[in-house]
Amino acid sequence: MSCRSNSDAGCGSSGACERAAASSEAVDNARRTFLRGAAALTATTLAAGVTLYVFAGEPAAARSPGEKAIAKVRWGLLIDASKCSEGCTACVSACQSENGWRDTGHPTTDARWIRKLTVKDPGNGATFSLPMMCQHCAKPPCVDVCPTGASFRRADGIVLVDKHICIGCRYCMMACPYKARSFIHEPLDDQRPYAPRGKGTVESCTLCVHRIDEGRTPACVEACNEIGGGAMLFGDLNDPSSEISKRVAVYRTTRIRDDLGTDPGVRYMNI
Amino acid sequence: MRQAVVRRIRTIATLLLAAALVLPVATARAGNADWLPKPARGKGEKCVADTQWMRRNHMTALMHQRDVTVHEGIHTGRFSLERCIECHAVNGADGKPVTIESPKHFCRTCHDYAAVQIDCFDCHASRPDAKAAKIGNAAPERSSKADAAVLAQYLRSLER
Amino acid sequence: MKKVSYQKLENYNPFFWGLVALNGAIIFAGLGAAYVMEHRGHIVSGMNNQIVWGLPHVFAVFLIVAASGALNVASVSSVFNRPEYKPYARLSGLLAITLLVGGLSVLVLDLGRPDRLIVAMTTYNFKSIFAWNIYLYIGFLALVAAYLFAMMDRRASRTTLLGKAVGWFAFVWRLVLTTGTGSIFGWLVARESYDAAIMAPLFIAASLLYGLAFAVLALAIAGQQLHENLVIDEMLGKIRGLLVIFALAVLYFTAAHHLKNIYGSQHRGVERFLLLEGGIYTGVFWVGQLLVGSILPLLILAAPMFGRSRVAITAASVLFLVGGLAQMYVIIIGGQAYPLDLFPGMDVSSLFQDGQVAHYGSSLPEVLLGMSGLSIAMLLTGIASRLLPFLPRFAKEQGAGGTAAA
Repeated sequence: MSCRSNSDAGCGSSGACERAAASSEAVDNARRTFLRGAAALTATTLAAGVTLYVFAGEPAAARSPGEKAIAKVRWGLLIDASKCSEGCTACVSACQSENGWRDTGHPTTDARWIRKLTVKDPGNGATFSLPMMCQHCAKPPCVDVCPTGASFRRADGIVLVDKHICIGCRYCMMACPYKARSFIHEPLDDQRPYAPRGKGTVESCTLCVHRIDEGRTPACVEACNEIGGGAMLFGDLNDPSSEISKRVAVYRTTRIRDDLGTDPGVRYMNI
Repeated sequence: MRQAVVRRIRTIATLLLAAALVLPVATARAGNADWLPKPARGKGEKCVADTQWMRRNHMTALMHQRDVTVHEGIHTGRFSLERCIECHAVNGADGKPVTIESPKHFCRTCHDYAAVQIDCFDCHASRPDAKAAKIGNAAPERSSKADAAVLAQYLRSLER
Repeated sequence: MKKVSYQKLENYNPFFWGLVALNGAIIFAGLGAAYVMEHRGHIVSGMNNQIVWGLPHVFAVFLIVAASGALNVASVSSVFNRPEYKPYARLSGLLAITLLVGGLSVLVLDLGRPDRLIVAMTTYNFKSIFAWNIYLYIGFLALVAAYLFAMMDRRASRTTLLGKAVGWFAFVWRLVLTTGTGSIFGWLVARESYDAAIMAPLFIAASLLYGLAFAVLALAIAGQQLHENLVIDEMLGKIRGLLVIFALAVLYFTAAHHLKNIYGSQHRGVERFLLLEGGIYTGVFWVGQLLVGSILPLLILAAPMFGRSRVAITAASVLFLVGGLAQMYVIIIGGQAYPLDLFPGMDVSSLFQDGQVAHYGSSLPEVLLGMSGLSIAMLLTGIASRLLPFLPRFAKEQGAGGTAAA
């Protein structure tokens, strides 16, 4: 700490200051050089990340580790179907490797947290595609029907299954209008430590809650942006200054089966 | 006559039963209880709580922690299960942490003895390192390079 | 009024033991199937991520609905003041309990985590109809037990007051319970063939039909073993009349439900699927539910002289029950097979079978589990009838006895 900047703050004994002043000048120069170099290095390495930042939307505002999720925040996604390519499955692959589910060759019983839908207009054959996952509704039918309350909506808008109390009755799967939920039909032994999943319980997209709670974005959003697709945006729908809120305010977005009144947190453009 | 015989048989049977019950305890000297479980030492100097307290109360601590983690999103804390598993991982013959399938797993050393079934590892990973887990034979749907190529083709088609 | 007493099923009839052995074997197999499903996961069943409830649920809901309706005979006697039904009230209460236990057993054994039953019974989300149903079902068991006590205990049955009070309570409880069961499906907005308030009254009408049919069957089997006609001649016409009315009510509500869906174009897709293009579901609906399960037995009952005979009523009851199973199959499985409509008016496809009709083939464990529910109900009824006097005995001079029922 430079003596000059802190005349009152107790430099200590007399005489030491003059000697310290001369050497601290050199130290300051060294510091400036270092900072310049470091800034240059940081700028280079961060540039790519900043671009991702701009495209991926704000990462989740990191809560401090001991803080609860709060209702002031509502996490959501904005998906632009016009930027979604029909054959591309980056979001699905990313979700699979992040959360530990995979195709085992039994398409009707395999878990599926996110899938690509291809929608065709029967009149003229025009198609578009989009990723479909749990819509994290504000009024989720799956939460209404769960007998034990295992299917629940966290304060910040993420709809989850508390697998500790899930009894595997599959009523939530009957109730979900988006077919977002899967049942685990076989014993598992290779779960990711941060994404527990087990036989006999129901699961669905968690919006990568383990990543959000650390201040990162969901894996699907990150993957879509990594390959330059830019179709998916994650953010806080309740924060008017977030990128997602700004876009939702400007562009015409809609939600799937909005007529059911479930108030989904996932919005789509160009569907 | 018959009553006396019956009484004698009953006495002998009772003595044998008592002996069978008392014998193991009687022959064991203090500290030489070979059949008691010996759980492996965890990493670090000590556990997040006193050992005797943990032995009695770890279930309550875990039950509370799981609600806090799932419903409130707090993944840290003394009793986070991931943290327990990291410290208490036991390495197998290949030097990697064993799963719950192995009787050497930390939780199983006591739970097998007490014959209390553990429910946790139906869902939770029983060892710390996810990369060491068996991934399985099926490849993911597509690699990201292929995805990028498909996307590029799609974007080119939009330009036409 | 003839003198009525009650009897136990006291008979070392080989037919009885044969039934016990058969039911016991099926229950054993069903428990084995439940063990396999619990141990290896639901992959061994035919259920999947689209058809999440399969044959076990068809049987379970069928038995639960029948259980609530089986109490109707007792209700008619005490709530509606028809003393001629009084002799059958005890068996009706017993059947209500055993059918419900059978249905609930199947339901519980099919859970993904049946070891968490304690969790289900202690942790509740009261917005869920399932959570309410747990209370309604357990309460029903307790209520019917109290009802049986009021009818069978010597001191309690001295006056009819307690019986009437509990009978009224049970009647109202039954209506709420069956409404709850129907609303399991009726209150779901997701699936196109559910989401209809009419499911509740449909289930109530169905419960009355299945319950009475089960009672007739139980009386026929018990009569066979006791070598006397438990359904006496005076009751034949009345029971026939009730069966006809209940069957027509079920037909009416079914027709109303389907007609409404057909009229506007919104739900015409699912109706076209169920009624025309659904393959097995169409077959089960027209042949199983309507032809064999409703029209044929109604024709049998309508036959001029024959329709009032014991044979006709028993045969019709069997057919009504077959129709009931078929109806549950079409509602539960057919309703799930039709894909969800995420983009109305568009064709949707994906690797998760979006837009495709789901296929369901029941596996052996499921069939065994479902049938074991029925067997549990029958075995419990048989055992209880041997232990306590549930069955009516009519005084000799009034025409009981003679050859056993068909």
